Amino acid sequence: MGFLDKEFTQDNIVVTNLEALLNWARLSSIWQTTFGIACCAIEMMATSASHYDFDRFGVIPRPSPRQADVIIISGTVTFKMATRIKRIYEQMPDPKFVISMGSCSNCGGPYWEHGYHVLKGVDRVIPVDVYVPGCPPRPEALLEGLLKLQEKIRNESMIKSA
Amino acid sequence: MKSFEEILELLKSNFSGENDISSSKEGTEDIINVSPSMIKEVSKFLAQTGDLNFDSLILLSAVDDENGEKIKQEDESIDITGGTLSIYYHIESVKLVHKLILKVSVERENPVTISVSSVWGCANWHEREAFDMIGIIFNEHPDLKRILLPYDWEGGYPLRKDYRNPEFYNGMKVPY
Ligand code: SF4
Repeated sequence: MGFLDKEFTQDNIVVTNLEALLNWARLSSIWQTTFGIACCAIEMMATSASHYDFDRFGVIPRPSPRQADVIIISGTVTFKMATRIKRIYEQMPDPKFVISMGSCSNCGGPYWEHGYHVLKGVDRVIPVDVYVPGCPPRPEALLEGLLKLQEKIRNESMIKSA
Repeated sequence: MKSFEEILELLKSNFSGENDISSSKEGTEDIINVSPSMIKEVSKFLAQTGDLNFDSLILLSAVDDENGEKIKQEDESIDITGGTLSIYYHIESVKLVHKLILKVSVERENPVTISVSSVWGCANWHEREAFDMIGIIFNEHPDLKRILLPYDWEGGYPLRKDYRNPEFYNGMKVPY
């Protein structure tokens, strides 16, 4: 954890640097655009439900892209949908992150050859931060993807170039 | 309830034109072949005659028969010229508990038939799908436009056997 381990013995003083504090705050409340596309979305919903409890990482579904930090592309991206996804992504405020969940949004999945209607990878329209493989990925895999994203945010810096 | 033979007899006696009505057997199913120009009249007759009363269209689906001349292209894909595309109508009388399959074949180069959406309302969207996927034109359809693919799709009709992916759609690359 970014700054709690630098705690001094006196009760109410915590010493940290601003960057670590900001990053800790950001990575602990990643709000997600409420948005699901295909079968993977079912698994994403299971991750949000009580058994896997996305909420304990601060991930709350936010029904407006304008107040969200991450968009989880959970399913098959058709061409018809791709233009909408791009639009939703552009409505999100910076800094924003994208998790591509499942083979479909990674690379076209089962539709890679004969899917005349499927975009072969959502990274052809928006930049992706974390790819989660699987068809569908288990909730544990999506959690792992989220932890990877947290790691990425933790190491961001306002001063040093990445 | 009427048997297939009885229905066939009724149709033959009411639609006397040559090639309008014939029967065939595909797999285990008896099928009535109807010429494209007569399908609306035949449907109306089947739906509105008292002791036939086909009040429900279960499904309507289009098929590429793949029976034309196949020409292999340099990139291993095939081009088909000639032959037919077919439309199958599965209809049922919920009241009298009998079913029937109609088949209409149209030429691949000129795939035009007549809509039955004025007889069975649900044919409207089924026909739009047949148009979207196989490219069959239904005359007299109230709103014949694509239903699944985007309205501005120009890549052709994807369920035809000689379909080839376009290179781009709206700036997005299509092939893998
Ligand atoms: S990756 Fe598999 S489970 Fe996920 S949307 Fe595609 S087909 Fe469905």
